[in-house]
Amino acid sequence: MITFSEYKAAETLEEAWQLNQKKNNVVIGGMLWMKMSKKRYNTVIDLSGLGLDKIEETDTQFRIGSMVTLRSLENHEGLEKYTCGAMKESLKHIVGVQFRNSATLGGSIYGRYGFSDVLTIFMAMDSYVELYKGGVVPLAEYAASKYDRDIIVSVIVKKTPGVFAYESVRNSSTDFPALTCCVSRMDGKVKAAIGARPMRAVNVLDNENLFANMTSENAEKFAQYVQSKVSVSGNVRAGKEYREHLVKVLVKRCCLEIMEKEEQK
Amino acid sequence: MEGEEVMKSVNSPVRKKDAMQLLTGQPIYTDDIAPSNCLIVKLLRSPYANAVIEDINTDIALKVPGVEAIYTWKDVDQNSRRFTLAGQTYPEPSPYDRLILDRHMRFVGDVAAIVATKDEKSAAKALKLIKVKYNVLEPLLDFRNAKDNKILVHPEENWESLCPVGADNKRNLCAHEVNEMGDVDKVLSECDVVVERTYHTKANQQAMMETFRTFCTIDAYGRLNVVSSTQIVFHCRRIISNALGIPKSMIRVTKPRIGGGFGAKQSSVSEIYPAFVTWKTKKPSKIIFTREESMIASSPRHEMEIKVRLGAMNDGTIRAIDMYTLSNTGAYGEHGPTTVGLTGHKSIPLYAKAEAFRFAYDVVYTNVMSAGAYRGYGATQGLFAVESAVNELAHIINKDPIALREANMVKEGEIMPAYYNEPNTSCALDRCLKRVKEMIDWDEKYPCRRVSDTKVRAVGMAMAMQGSGISGLDVGSCSLKLNDDGFYTMRIAAADMGTGCDTILAQIAAEVLECDVDNITVLGADTDASPYDSGSYASSTTYVTGKATEKAALELREKICRLGAKILGCSEKDTEFDGKAVFTKSHDKKVSIGDIATASMAGNNIALEAAYTHTSPNSPPPFMVGAAEIEVDTETGEVKVIDYAAAVDCGTPVNPNLARVQAEGGILQGIGMTLTENITYDAKGRLAENSLMQYKIPARTDIGRIRVEFESSYEESGPFGAKSIGEVVINTPLGAISDAVYNATGLRFTELPITPEKIAMGLAKKSI
Amino acid sequence: MKISLILNNKKITEDIEPDMLLIDFVRSHDCFSVKRGCETSNCGLCTVFLDDKPVLSCSVLALRANGRKVTTLEGIGSEAEEFAAFIADQGAEQCGFCNPGFVMNTIALLSENPHPDDEEIKSYLAGNLCRCSGYEGQLRGIKEYLKWREKKS
Repeated sequence: MITFSEYKAAETLEEAWQLNQKKNNVVIGGMLWMKMSKKRYNTVIDLSGLGLDKIEETDTQFRIGSMVTLRSLENHEGLEKYTCGAMKESLKHIVGVQFRNSATLGGSIYGRYGFSDVLTIFMAMDSYVELYKGGVVPLAEYAASKYDRDIIVSVIVKKTPGVFAYESVRNSSTDFPALTCCVSRMDGKVKAAIGARPMRAVNVLDNENLFANMTSENAEKFAQYVQSKVSVSGNVRAGKEYREHLVKVLVKRCCLEIMEKEEQK
Repeated sequence: MEGEEVMKSVNSPVRKKDAMQLLTGQPIYTDDIAPSNCLIVKLLRSPYANAVIEDINTDIALKVPGVEAIYTWKDVDQNSRRFTLAGQTYPEPSPYDRLILDRHMRFVGDVAAIVATKDEKSAAKALKLIKVKYNVLEPLLDFRNAKDNKILVHPEENWESLCPVGADNKRNLCAHEVNEMGDVDKVLSECDVVVERTYHTKANQQAMMETFRTFCTIDAYGRLNVVSSTQIVFHCRRIISNALGIPKSMIRVTKPRIGGGFGAKQSSVSEIYPAFVTWKTKKPSKIIFTREESMIASSPRHEMEIKVRLGAMNDGTIRAIDMYTLSNTGAYGEHGPTTVGLTGHKSIPLYAKAEAFRFAYDVVYTNVMSAGAYRGYGATQGLFAVESAVNELAHIINKDPIALREANMVKEGEIMPAYYNEPNTSCALDRCLKRVKEMIDWDEKYPCRRVSDTKVRAVGMAMAMQGSGISGLDVGSCSLKLNDDGFYTMRIAAADMGTGCDTILAQIAAEVLECDVDNITVLGADTDASPYDSGSYASSTTYVTGKATEKAALELREKICRLGAKILGCSEKDTEFDGKAVFTKSHDKKVSIGDIATASMAGNNIALEAAYTHTSPNSPPPFMVGAAEIEVDTETGEVKVIDYAAAVDCGTPVNPNLARVQAEGGILQGIGMTLTENITYDAKGRLAENSLMQYKIPARTDIGRIRVEFESSYEESGPFGAKSIGEVVINTPLGAISDAVYNATGLRFTELPITPEKIAMGLAKKSI
Repeated sequence: MKISLILNNKKITEDIEPDMLLIDFVRSHDCFSVKRGCETSNCGLCTVFLDDKPVLSCSVLALRANGRKVTTLEGIGSEAEEFAAFIADQGAEQCGFCNPGFVMNTIALLSENPHPDDEEIKSYLAGNLCRCSGYEGQLRGIKEYLKWREKKS
C-alpha cells in the first residue's frame, strides 16, 4: 500500500508543478495502480480541483482533461461516434465500472503502462499530449519517452476523418490483455497500434500502402507486415510466439472491421 | 419422494435465516465484531523457499512506537511436539510437522516472526526493521523428483505421523498406498484398447471473498476465547491446544458468519497466531490475512499428476482402470494423506462393473505452499483424469460418450469395489445422464459445428460422484430444546459458511416438529455450547448432522408428548402431537405447545431438551452429470462456455434454492479451474498468482448460462432421503470442457488450465 | 488533515491521516457493510457511492471525499432491502461477503439504466466478484426484481 505524509489538493497547475519537482512527491490520477505501490512519498498532489475533468469537443478536436475518468470516455457520445465504437470497446474490459469511475486518462497516459488499452487506442488516433511546461507533443513521441516531472493537462485528439477498430485478447474477460490492437484509417492512411506486447504500445504505419486497397487479401498482407515490424516478448499472460501470432490475427480482424465500417459510412 | 407423505419444510425453497442480515451488510463477520482495542498481529514471511534462520534480531523493531511484542523461533521450543493445522478427527492422518515458529523456512511465505502492535502502520514499520540472517538452501520445487530426493523438506527428528498412511519424512513422503482388486495387468493385456494418459492439475485457490481471519480475547474465567472464520471449531480447539501447549479446557472457539470457505477454512490457517499473542500478552488481538497472504500462504488444492490406464473392448465394455496419483502436499502435510485417496476412490467406482482396478499413490513434500482441503478434495482431480480417459476412449472406438457411459456406469444396488465395497444404495445417475442429454440437445450438437470462419461450437460431458461424510468417522450432533411460547432453540457445531446449513438443519427439525422454520432459532458453532460435531467438511453436514437433527427432533417430540400426557392426565401412549398441541388419541383433550412450554418451567422434572449424535457407517455418493457447450475462437484460442447443463442427484434436496445455487457456484469454480485459474512458480519458488489481479477467478462476463436440474434418488439412511451436494458440483466441468475443446479443435489437453495460448498454438502447429 | 463530508446524509468533520483510504474511513464510522476483499481493486466488495457514482472505496483517498457526499449500503436502507429480498428469494446471497458491494452496484446500474438486458447487467457488474453463487442466482434475482418493479409502476 502506498503511504505518504502529506496530501495537497493543488489550487493551480503552477503549484502542482512546483510540488512535483521534488523527488519524493508525486501526482495522483485515479490512484488505482499507484495505490498498490509499496513506495513511501512525502506529498501526493491531487489535480481534482483544477477543472481537468472535462471533455471539450469542437468541430476539429477533442480536448480531454487529464482527470477525465475512463468511464466518462466510455460514455461520451462524441468519442463514441468519432471512433465508430472503438473507444467503448477498448475500455469495457477494464476491471469494472467502479474502477473506471476513478481511473483517469491522465493516469493511464502518464503511466504509459505496457498493458494499457487506453494508450493503445489513443495511439491509433491523431493524439497529442498537452504538458504544463513541455507544450503539446504527439502522443507517439510521449509514449516512447522517459518518465519526467511535467504534468499532463489534457490529451488532444484531432478529428481527422477516419475509421477505427479495436480488438484485444484476454485470458479472462476482465484480465489484463494478452495483446491489444487498434487499427485506424484516417484520411486514407492506415496505422496499427499494438499494445500489451507486453511493453508499451507502438504504432506501425502502412508506409507501403499494403491496405490502401481494402480487400481481405490486403488485410492479411498488412497484418503480416505489422507482425514483422512489431517486437513482442513473453510474460506470465502470453508467450512471445503467441503474441506474434495474435498481432497478425488482431490486425487482420481490425482491418476487416474497418472495411465493414467504411462500407456502412 | 417414494412412499413419503408430502413434506412441508423439507424440499422447500425457504429463505436462508440470515439472508437479509447478510444482504443488508450487517456487522456479523469476524472483523466487524472484533474489539476495537485489539492488537494487530502481522507475520514476517520468508522470502526463501528453503532456508534456516541463522540469526534474527528484533531489537530495533521493538523500539517502534506501538509495538507490543515480537516473537521468533527463540520463543518456541524447537524440540516440542509438532502439530498439524489440518481440521481432521484425532488422530489426524496428516503428519505432525509444524511448529508455531520454526527455525527452518520451508516455502516462500513461511512464518519467521509474529509481530503484535497497536496499529497497522507500526506493524508495517516493525516488520521492515526485523533483521534476519538466512542460511539459504537449495529448494526442492519439482514434485516429480521429490521422492527420495537428497533435499529433505522435513529432516527434523521430531516429525511425526500418527496414522499408518505410509509416510516417511526421510523420503519426503507424506503418504503412500497401493489398493487393488483383480489382476489389472492381465485384464489390460486382454483389452482391445488401452487409453494411457497422464493428467496434471494445479494447486488452485479457493479464493473465498473473506480472507483468513481470527480475533482472540481472554474471558472472565481467564480462558482463551477464539473467534474465527472457521469450518471446524472443535478441531480448531485441539490444534490451538497442540500449538500453544495449553489444555483444551482453557480454550473456547466460536465462529461468527463466514465469508466463504470451500475447504480453505478446514485448516487452521490463521488461528494460532493471535491465539499465541493473546495467551502471551493477555490482551485482545486479531489477524486479518491480506489477499496476498491468502494467496501465497494458505491451504489450496493439492497439485496432482495422475496417470490413468483405461482398458476396454471395441464394443465399449470398460474392463479395467489402473491409476497412479502423485500428489504435491507442499511444505507441510495438511490433508495430504487423505485428499489423494479420493482421486481413485471417488472416480473408479463410477465404472464399478470393471473386472479389475489398481489405485496407487505417493504424496510428496516440496518447498512450495502447503496444500489443504478444497471442495472436491482430490475427487475433482481424479474425475478429471478418469472422465477424460473415458471421453478419449469414446473417440478411439467411435462411440458416443453418452452411450459409452450408459453401458458402463454404476447403477443403484451395485457394489462399488473401489469405494470400500460399499453398496450403491441410492443412485439416479442414469436419469441424470438422460436429462443432461436432453437439456444440452446433445444429439443435435455433438460433437461440433462451425458458426463462422473463426468460431466453432462444440459440446462435451462428464460424470461425477463424491461422498456424504466420512464413513464411520464423521460425527454430527444436534441439540434441540423447547422454550417459552413454544419456540425451539437448535444448537449445532456444523458451520454455516454461506451454504445455509443453519437453515437446512432447521428445515429438517421443523419437518419433524411440524412447525414453521422461523420457529426454530439456531446457535452455533461454539465449542463451549454446541454438542460435538466434526465440522462442516467432506460433504457431511446435511447427511450426517442432518440425520442427528432428525433424530434429536424425534426424541424431543417424545418428551413433549410425555409432559403433555402428564398435563392431560393420560398415558404417553395415548397422545398425538401435531406441532401445535398434544392431543389424546380420541381428540377430546388437548394442551397447546405454548402451555406445555410454560408448564415445563414450573414444578417440572422432564427436560424438554434432546440431543442426538449420529455417525454413518456408509457415505452414499451424490451423483452428477454435466455437459458444456463452448465456443472456440480458432484464431485467438479463446474459449467461452456459453451453456452448461447439469443434472444432480443429491437425494432429496432439502432446500432446492440453496442446492441449486451450490451447484451453480461449484460449476463455475470448476470452469475457472479448467480455463483461467493458473498457478506458476518461478525458479526460486515464488508464486506469480499472488492476488486476484493475477489469479483469475471467473467474473460474470466470463460465463454464458449455467442450468441445473435435479434428478433425485431417495437415500434411506439420510434425513428425508437426502445425500450431499456441496462438493460433487465442482467435479464435472474439467472433463466436460476439455472434451468439448477436443471436439472443437482436435486438441486433447491433459493439463489445466487450458489457456487461449495453448489452443491457438496447438492449432497453429496442427495446420503446419 | 481535516476532512468534512456527508456520510449517509450526516455531516462529519474530523482530523485524519492524509493517506487514509475511504474504506477505512467509512468502516471507522461503523459502516461495516463495506468490505475489503483484495488489495488490487479487483473484487468490488468495497463499492460505495461518491457523489452518487459507484467507486472502489479501497482505492479512493478519504481526503478526496472532502466536501462531497459518500453513501454506503447503510445509507440506502429501504431501497436496498427491497431489492435484497429478491436475492434472498433465490438463496443467492450465500456467504454474503460480496453482497453489499453487489447490491450497491446493482442500484447504481438501475439508476443509470432502469431496463437493462442480461448482457448489460453482466457487463455493469463485471467488477463485482462472487465466489459462491456462480452469478446465476444473482441474475435471476435482478430479473425478478425488475419484473416486480415493472408491475408495480
